[in-house]
Amino acid sequence: MTQLGLEGSTRGDTLCAGIATGELLWLDEPLSFWGGTSLDDGVIVDVHHPQCGIALGGRVLVMSASRGSSSSSSVLAEQIRAGVAPAAILLSSRDAIVTLGALAAAEVYAIRMPILLLDAAALAEMPRSGSVSVSADDEAAAVSWSTRG
Amino acid sequence: MTGALVLTDADERKLSGDEGAGMAMAMRMSVALATVSGAPRLIDISSAHIDGCLYHGQAGLDFVEKLVSLGAEVSVPTTLNVSSLDLLHPGLVRLAPAESSAAKRLMDAYVALKARATWTCAPYQLAASRPGRGSDIAWAESNAIVFANSVLGARTDRYGDFADVCAAITGRAPYAGLHLEANRVPTVELDCSSVPRHVLDSDAVWAVLGCVVGDTVGERVPILTGVDAGVVDEDRLKALGAAAASSGGVALFHVAGATPEAVDAGASWPPSGVPRIEITTLMLRQARDRLTTAVASSGIDAVSLGTPHFSLAEFEKLAAVLSDRVPFDPSCTVWISTSRDVLALATEKGYAQVCEEVGARLVVDTCTYVTPILGDEVRTAMTTSGKWAWYAPANLGIDVVFGTMEECVDSARAGRVVRHDAAWA
Repeated sequence: MTQLGLEGSTRGDTLCAGIATGELLWLDEPLSFWGGTSLDDGVIVDVHHPQCGIALGGRVLVMSASRGSSSSSSVLAEQIRAGVAPAAILLSSRDAIVTLGALAAAEVYAIRMPILLLDAAALAEMPRSGSVSVSADDEAAAVSWSTRG
Repeated sequence: MTGALVLTDADERKLSGDEGAGMAMAMRMSVALATVSGAPRLIDISSAHIDGCLYHGQAGLDFVEKLVSLGAEVSVPTTLNVSSLDLLHPGLVRLAPAESSAAKRLMDAYVALKARATWTCAPYQLAASRPGRGSDIAWAESNAIVFANSVLGARTDRYGDFADVCAAITGRAPYAGLHLEANRVPTVELDCSSVPRHVLDSDAVWAVLGCVVGDTVGERVPILTGVDAGVVDEDRLKALGAAAASSGGVALFHVAGATPEAVDAGASWPPSGVPRIEITTLMLRQARDRLTTAVASSGIDAVSLGTPHFSLAEFEKLAAVLSDRVPFDPSCTVWISTSRDVLALATEKGYAQVCEEVGARLVVDTCTYVTPILGDEVRTAMTTSGKWAWYAPANLGIDVVFGTMEECVDSARAGRVVRHDAAWA
């Protein structure tokens, strides 16, 4: 039984270091940032995606992997530069396409969007919605949240 | 993290800046990628294909221009993917001047790194750029990756923008993913034996089959069984791979008795115990219908062929279909996207001229769904490409009809959708 205000947290591996806070968004299916999201405002525009129309900006995105064209790295880097990218991405697989976009933005602009790798047990502990904080460096990576009632 | 990455002395020198600040920046990315991949070490690559040539805004340009300004150059033979411009047909791409000049700057930056100005998503169609069986390469662009792995038996992981150009500069890639023999073994069987041979003996069906494969297997490594090797050719495998990489995350597939690693494995593949899924003609028809977003009675304003880029063999087939010289309806423009190298060959053979005589428009260096080429008045376009049909509705804001090459040609002549349903039963 959970108590009001109790802190929950889970650990993962760092794919890209950084810190962030944002509302969770669990993606129901893999997503191609290129072709599947709008470059200018980070909204999902893939008509085949069940969450078409949702804006990714500022959200802590939970996804298994990207899909499709490898141009997704550039699109994510540009969305990071423009400030319309997710606040953080929590992956359940080692997705290099997403990670490279964040690493490139860190290299050129020194803007660090954290990307974490979470295993199934860690994902199972996570809430489905609400605000979470993400912290990832070379030593450790964690997601934390306040549980409510 | 999993086991620590071990670098060679040569890797350390590249990282240290001894070989220039550009090499050091590229090496930081190559090392970071290897760490993400959980690789124990880096390996030499024999070629690279860079996908980062489309202008997607400031970030991609800033990254490459930074490498140029720091003095980097590619260290292995490197091809370049489609750009946002057609340099041989100025004015064809209707980008705003600011964006057009940024797109040209991006192209110039890659040429300054000493990569080849191929501007194609199908580098495997260029004789000088086909990697050998078993060679380790670092290719980007999902259709090029799946083709190199599956059809040529070369070994590349699923590289993205930034990783590709950095690998081209460092000549190194993580020993991980599809570079490892063990990860190339099929993990799911797709049994196509119930699909009649005449249905599979059609180019368009392979694009649709690719969509079904991607939807069904996600990122697993499938082996297709029950396919007569006599109906398999490179263009069909190109169409399958491109669609499977779009609808799923397929980077490697095998066709029993047809693709090189499956031929070598013989009866030992599919390995015992892998799940088996039956592919039916009904699944193909349903996938074809899902690719079509327009209503059946639509007029057709445009036809787009050549995604991935039209091959010489596809030009030959199309020229044969068009040899009766029946012109296209003036309300419908037919676009063919290809590489400047293949266009030169198709012109030498006379195929390109046949296409242009009946009104087709040729596009090189880019593609009709990644940059503004189709007229503003276009509402509905028809295509033979599963990949084009997958992306065009979102990219271009238009409706799409998927069809065979014959259906596309007959529709372009009629100015409305013409179907030949016999091909699909």
